Amino acid sequence: MSLWRQLTRGLRVLTHRRAADQDVADEVQHYLELATAAHLARGLSTAEAYRAARLELGSVTSVREQVRGYGWENVIETLLADLRYAARRLRAAPGFTAITVLTLALGIGATTAILSAVNPILFQPLPYPHAGRIAMIREIGSDGSPHDGTFGMYRELAERARSFAAIAALKPWQPTMTGPDQPERFDAQRVSASYFHVLGVPPILGRDFQESDDRLNGPNVVILGDALWRRRFGGDRTIVGRQITLDDDSYSVIGVMPGGFENVLAPTAELWAPLQYDMSQGRAWGHHLRTVGRLRPGISVDRATREIDVLGHAMVKEQHPETYRSDFELLAAPLRDDVTGGVKPALLAILGAVVLVLVIACVNVTNLLLARGVHRRGEFALRAALGAGRRRLIRQVLTESLLLAALGGVAGMAVAMLGVRALVALSPPGLPRAGAIAVDGTVFAFGLGITTLIGLAFGAIPALQATRGSARAGLQHGSRRTDGGHRRTRSALVVAEVALALVLLVSSGLLLRSLQRLFAVAAGFDSSRLLTMQVQTSGHRFNSDGTTYRFFDQALAAVRRVPGVTAAALTSQLPLSGDNDLYGVHFDPSPSDDPGEVNGTFRYAVSPGYIETMRIPLRRGRLLDEHDGAGAPRVAMISESMARRRLPGRDPIGQRLHIGDGPLYTVVGVVGDVKQMSLALNEADAVYVTATQWRFADNVMSLVVRARGDAAALAPAVRQAVWSVDKDQPIVRVATMDGLLTALAAERRFALILFATFALAALVLAAAGIYGVLAGSVAERTREIGVRSALGASRGEILALVVRQGMKLTGLGVAIGIAGTAAATRVIVAMLFGVSRLDPVTYLGVIALLAAVATIACSVPAWRAARVDPASTLRAE
Amino acid sequence: MDEPNTDVIQGTLDMLILKTLSLGPMHGFGIARRIEQISRGVFKVNPGSLLTALQRLERAGWLDPEWRQTENSRRARFYMLTRAGRKQLEVETADWARRVAAVARLLKSEG
Repeated sequence: MSLWRQLTRGLRVLTHRRAADQDVADEVQHYLELATAAHLARGLSTAEAYRAARLELGSVTSVREQVRGYGWENVIETLLADLRYAARRLRAAPGFTAITVLTLALGIGATTAILSAVNPILFQPLPYPHAGRIAMIREIGSDGSPHDGTFGMYRELAERARSFAAIAALKPWQPTMTGPDQPERFDAQRVSASYFHVLGVPPILGRDFQESDDRLNGPNVVILGDALWRRRFGGDRTIVGRQITLDDDSYSVIGVMPGGFENVLAPTAELWAPLQYDMSQGRAWGHHLRTVGRLRPGISVDRATREIDVLGHAMVKEQHPETYRSDFELLAAPLRDDVTGGVKPALLAILGAVVLVLVIACVNVTNLLLARGVHRRGEFALRAALGAGRRRLIRQVLTESLLLAALGGVAGMAVAMLGVRALVALSPPGLPRAGAIAVDGTVFAFGLGITTLIGLAFGAIPALQATRGSARAGLQHGSRRTDGGHRRTRSALVVAEVALALVLLVSSGLLLRSLQRLFAVAAGFDSSRLLTMQVQTSGHRFNSDGTTYRFFDQALAAVRRVPGVTAAALTSQLPLSGDNDLYGVHFDPSPSDDPGEVNGTFRYAVSPGYIETMRIPLRRGRLLDEHDGAGAPRVAMISESMARRRLPGRDPIGQRLHIGDGPLYTVVGVVGDVKQMSLALNEADAVYVTATQWRFADNVMSLVVRARGDAAALAPAVRQAVWSVDKDQPIVRVATMDGLLTALAAERRFALILFATFALAALVLAAAGIYGVLAGSVAERTREIGVRSALGASRGEILALVVRQGMKLTGLGVAIGIAGTAAATRVIVAMLFGVSRLDPVTYLGVIALLAAVATIACSVPAWRAARVDPASTLRAE
Repeated sequence: MDEPNTDVIQGTLDMLILKTLSLGPMHGFGIARRIEQISRGVFKVNPGSLLTALQRLERAGWLDPEWRQTENSRRARFYMLTRAGRKQLEVETADWARRVAAVARLLKSEG
């Protein structure tokens, strides 16, 4: 009741100030009249009675003010008055206001954007209940590199490991859904029945998988993702129990996952079916599954690691699976490390960069406020002399600082929102949890808080100083003469800014040069005007190899007839596309000095004409051609580095080899090396055979098409050509080879763009800092400069005087910055390629750039100094 | 010789106003006059403090203001006690009695 009364009465006063004032005035007036009347009644004369009443009451105005001053609304009114005054002051200095607000916006905005992106990826727990208990089970081979798990190992651990409440195996799956609509191919997963139990998120509609679903020839059941359910089935809640057709088989829908479910292990997967693993073909020991488990409460990953390592080795000793050597390792690792481990170094480096930007922004704001404080000392001294209380002055300054911070905060929020959007748009495709990135309120508050505190602290200094000393000293200061202490502080701040800017500039310079180096690496083939796409066969009619070969043959012939196509070919794996198909290759007889394989050999099952289409150079012997078909003697080509390394000093032509445990092939040709996985790595060996001489038909082939003109423009025609053979076959991953090369560098490019943006911001802020200090110093030294030129100093000498001062600051900053950079670039070593982190060219280039920008920043105040008219300055004193 | 202290005892002004108004609606000057008369001139109310206190009590919901016309057709602000105000008066009176009794005991005790 009374709170409500407080609020409504207060609001009424605020909105009807004049009426409220009138009420108070009337009441006081009435009081006065009655008091006068009372004195009259006691026998005083009218004038005396009035005088006595006035005496009793005191000053009418003062009483009115006293009554009027009651209530919370008056605090607000004072604040509004302060704000109005502050706004007027800021409007009077538009340059200062704009630069400060911009600096704040940049600092707050950039930090908020980056931290908003990094927070869900690196620091927030994954979106599962007790996410810390979910662990990947990894296998580390004898060479120290991780590889996928086997079904045999999964089954062993699922049965015996006590550390885990549940363990699931999973593998990718790409079924094609046919039906009344267009055929659509999905990213999907085949998973153990316990998969969603491990993650801790059950379907929102229908039921989860059961153990009975997950056995060979078990029921064809499928759980849909929310997006797929809405897109293809209009969010129909009666979907459970419905049949859908995947790869010509009928599956019944048993459940739908909730909309917020984030599947970090396969972010693009839209539907799930039970693994139903087929052990009959002796495939239990093939390394092609991932394994994830949920730890029992209270069990650490270390303890789980010890248990599964013992179990795994005992099993290998007992059953002797051929794909395990005795020195492998099993370990459990938190799921988050697995998901985000790859991008962690880059993100931490970016985080470091943005913190530097925030520091520079803070330094700049400090600098600006100090500079402004010097200018305003006279004003404060005057107001203090006129009777403004110390608290009143400080409150005024704080209001001003807060207003600045608020303006900066609003602009910073805008920067942050734009920045987050840009980040998501720019983010490399491999960035985990990109969907979880949104402007983070806590982070924003943090950035705003820091800059506000700085504003408050440094904004108050001039007011404190003005009110502490005697008014006279302050007023004298008003005549803009030097203030040594302040200038030293501000110079030090500028030096810091230059040093920090140097760190960022050198880092982005190094990243830029890495990217240049990377693109200068020869991929081993001609990537220009090359269109690529993946063609798949799906459905039961492709169960026979003959049908598959015939389809690909006809499709290739149709593509070659497309106008504008100069050459086309098929390959089982496409370089630089992420394909990774390795086999063990043994020579027969094996040369005694064969060092063996390092990581295996890339196997390419290709159509004749592949090497020609890709323009891979032939080094020796001949290429595969149409005659090397199914019935002909088996022949192969190998890469030149493989020939050099594995057959040292021998003629590779005529050598015979096994690929995996397959039949013998005779080497007929040696071709140039091709980069398969990455431009940055020196890679394993390669062996090429024709698709028809391979022991099974690959049902996923990549089409490479050399175009006469623009490769991308050919894509629709080529796709139509394939569909003219069979309209139900999905075509995916359509891209130009140049596009693939660009995507390959996406992560480095992402880091580079961010670093370059931050470095640019830092450079601008540092330049503004140098300019600010010199401009202030020239203004303060006008008299000195006037005297100098009166005494005969030339304009050139004055110019040099100012520029020298600026260059001294820059030079000092650079010196400190180089030391800092040498240490800081350690963080980005992982992202560099072909360039040392101490690369002298980059350092020199950056120093030259900084010097140039600093000179420009010096030139304006220097020019102003040179134009100082000695006569007028001396007169002004 | 010093003039006798006529200040209202600190913290009792609200109670005195409430008590005065419990006899009937009154304007500011009337309240001041009544307090002065009944206390036989021991307490003189400062007009500024009184009017501010009236604002405060009104905000607290203990008084309701009302504008009335005076004989010479001026606007006069009358205050009347609300039910919450009556309750508050009881609370303050009881509190005051308790404190006065305590002070009296302290003054009476010897040694």
